Amino acid sequence: MNRTEFSENLKKRLAGLPQADLEERVSFYDEMICDRMEDGMTEEEAVASVGSIESIAAQVTSEIPLTRLVRARVKPKKKPNGWVIALLILGFPLWFSLLIAAFAILVSLLITVWAVIISLFAVDFALAVCAVAMPFAMFGFFSAGNPAGAFFALGAGCICAGLAIPFFFGCVWIARAVLRLTGKMILGIKASFVGKEDS
Amino acid sequence: MDIQLKRGLLDVCVLAAIKNQDSYGYQIIKDMKPYLELSESTLYTILKRLETGRMLTVRSVEHEGRLRKYYHITEQGRNRIGEFREDWKEIQAIYQFITREDAGDEQN
Repeated sequence: MNRTEFSENLKKRLAGLPQADLEERVSFYDEMICDRMEDGMTEEEAVASVGSIESIAAQVTSEIPLTRLVRARVKPKKKPNGWVIALLILGFPLWFSLLIAAFAILVSLLITVWAVIISLFAVDFALAVCAVAMPFAMFGFFSAGNPAGAFFALGAGCICAGLAIPFFFGCVWIARAVLRLTGKMILGIKASFVGKEDS
Repeated sequence: MDIQLKRGLLDVCVLAAIKNQDSYGYQIIKDMKPYLELSESTLYTILKRLETGRMLTVRSVEHEGRLRKYYHITEQGRNRIGEFREDWKEIQAIYQFITREDAGDEQN
């Protein structure tokens, strides 16, 4: 790949970025390639040493805020003509409610997932409370002259403690996994904005 | 070196690379190479962040029929290096703490 091909491919791969950002990044890499060639590298070597287009795109995508990508996408490239404006206004009840619905679904999904996680933690908390309370109950049974009840309480306490401890680590693991997944989802949404434009 | 530790140093390193004279991207990478391996993408992000933070200014200079961007450190950028010197004293104190002899263990 030569210098011009690299710049063009990079521009294509990063399409969807705000125009000014895009130009600046591409010229930054171009300058790097030129300087390397001046330093004695061949064109091929210079292009290869600035890194692959995919890795550059991946880094750009992870760094740029989602809001900027959305703004760049929403901003019309040409001035919208009268028909488009009229359609936008007339269609407002339709597209606006659809937008709200989509947003509400996303939020409710998040709430659902976190409600499950919170309830898992609540179960674990209840188990832990039982594990602590059962020994006290044991003394209660003893003083009431009921040794069988006391043994039952002791056993139940042990079972609760045995369940609560591994269950807690399980809960933490699930919460972490969901956080990671959410991060990946956001990255995925961002990636869908970058480079999917026909150019 | 630990990545988290490195990340905190990168900004100051780039400022240090331009503190004596204005420099351009490839030169910065070359100057830092013996100390820190820096990719182009990372450098771009750092330069952008420093520019937004008014730690440096950028100007384009014609060079061999093309434009090259030169980075110039600002007063704020110099202050950042000064801050790092202060931080470094604290880091050294922490280092002393981490590497101190385990006298307590031997006595027990």
